[in-house]
Amino acid sequence: MSAAGEASVTDTTSGARDAWRRLRKNRMAVACLSLFAAIVVFCLLGPLVAGWLGIDAAAQNVRLGATPPSARHWMGTDPLGRDLLVRTMDGGRIAITIALLATSVALLIGVTWGATSGWVGGRLDEAMMRFVDVMYALPSTVFVIVIMAVLGTRSIFLLFALIGGINWLTMARLVRGQVLSLKHREFVEAARGLGVRTPRLLARHIVPNALGPIIVYATLSVPAVMLQEAFLSFLGLGVQAPRASWGTLIAEGAQQIVVYPWILVGPGLVMSLTIFALNFLGDGLRDALDPHTRKV
Amino acid sequence: MIRLLATRLAGAILVVIAVASFGFVALRAAPGGPLDAERQLPAEVRANIERAYKLDQPLWRQYVDYMVGLAHGDLGHSMKRPDSVNTIIAENFPQSLQLGLMALGFALVFGLLLGVGAAARQNSWADHAAMAVAVVGISVPSFVLGPLLVQWFAIRLGWLPPARWQGLSSMILPAVTLGMIYTGTIARLARAGMLETVRQDYVRTARAKGLSERAVIWKHALRLGVLPVVTYLGPATAYLITGSFVIEKIFQVPGLGTYFISSVTDRDYPVLTGVMVFYCLFVILLNLVVDVAYGWLDPRIRGAP
Repeated sequence: MSAAGEASVTDTTSGARDAWRRLRKNRMAVACLSLFAAIVVFCLLGPLVAGWLGIDAAAQNVRLGATPPSARHWMGTDPLGRDLLVRTMDGGRIAITIALLATSVALLIGVTWGATSGWVGGRLDEAMMRFVDVMYALPSTVFVIVIMAVLGTRSIFLLFALIGGINWLTMARLVRGQVLSLKHREFVEAARGLGVRTPRLLARHIVPNALGPIIVYATLSVPAVMLQEAFLSFLGLGVQAPRASWGTLIAEGAQQIVVYPWILVGPGLVMSLTIFALNFLGDGLRDALDPHTRKV
Repeated sequence: MIRLLATRLAGAILVVIAVASFGFVALRAAPGGPLDAERQLPAEVRANIERAYKLDQPLWRQYVDYMVGLAHGDLGHSMKRPDSVNTIIAENFPQSLQLGLMALGFALVFGLLLGVGAAARQNSWADHAAMAVAVVGISVPSFVLGPLLVQWFAIRLGWLPPARWQGLSSMILPAVTLGMIYTGTIARLARAGMLETVRQDYVRTARAKGLSERAVIWKHALRLGVLPVVTYLGPATAYLITGSFVIEKIFQVPGLGTYFISSVTDRDYPVLTGVMVFYCLFVILLNLVVDVAYGWLDPRIRGAP
């Protein structure tokens, strides 16, 4: 750990290297990271590979109809004869993209809000945090549904913007707490004494030092956001046909569960694995980035 | 205590006003009102309907009417059915409430048993099995779990009815499905809390004076160990009762969630915003009760504003 002591205050690489070493020792976290990476590759490259094999996600084959998993269709086909493996990959591409974009939106708002609140302090801090408290207590999904209904659109852009727009509250609290604890540290005072302006001070000294918890929380919010999108799509309020996300595929499966149970199993399994991997990767990252709070 | 209650109450009223104003804006901003539906209405009929719903009044007047109505507990009137929003809530919310409370009860009992049991035998196979169940609960989304449970317990085994809301046996599957994710979270919280507690001195004292292991865990350690679970219960209850849309859809529960979602497709905006205001009101009141309960349980909080 002597390297960390000698490193300059803005240099977080040695800390990051330590964290990476601890993460790699955590077999569960490594397995989850690999699993998530595999699912992402599967969803991105899958449709291409299927295309070479002559299977198209949109291609219908009504005469074939719904068939259980077979050598040619590993997850079976739906009543329109579409290959469910390829549809699951396609749905995953949309689900993961929306989840990552929504998390980025939440990250952007949350970090800005929390950093401003914590840094400025006083009345503004109080007002901003009261707002967060109030929003935190309200059933936010209900607002998303009302806004989607009123605007009458189901655009994917609006969907991830709204989901991101309601998921930044915890991030804001977290960043504010970090900023408050960092604000009066010597290295920040030193930088200020050297004449570093506030925006640069925040961007170069404060936020990088709060990066650990931010990364952990962002990782944990990806599955939560993903569930929210699937939840809305399941109800028919999210991603719309011809596009498919895991939520819409699972909704189709749920309708056909009695007759064709495999329609649900494929996308349901892949989505569950993704959520599982991200949750435990987040736990592993927390242990790696903050060795003091390791679980007993 | 009274000051605490007064400040919270004042804050709650402000939030309700903000939510209601948002509802009003949403109501007015909505495109394609319910009147320009399938068929063209004669001008006089249209004017009559607009007058009946006070759509011919100036906007500020409508806002004042809306807020005054709200203050009198009038949430508005459906534009698709001959019912007021109040009637719809009165008829449909009890089912949602019951479903949420049953799910909460299941999550609490099952989650605590799993979590505390796992902590009592740390690193045994029972611990790993309990945590595996918790992980499944957290990872498998309710809308995947629900249909699968129907497939197994209703269709294949025929033990329980697959849907509808008639009799206790038909409520088991939806309640379990809804409660499962909270079961997982509660189990993990309880396990972590208990593992921390059993290392404390007073637990060692309890063991040293010769109490049975069961008494040590379930009577002494449990009280402190489940504190993380208690703080989690407030938000969990709110989400269990207001977030059961998907479960109600899967199991065809005639609850408020079903009504809320169908009012989106029906473009029945008064119901949509009315139910939204009601949900917020309910959650705010619930939080108020939880705050007061904490103040009552923990005397240190009482004096604080």
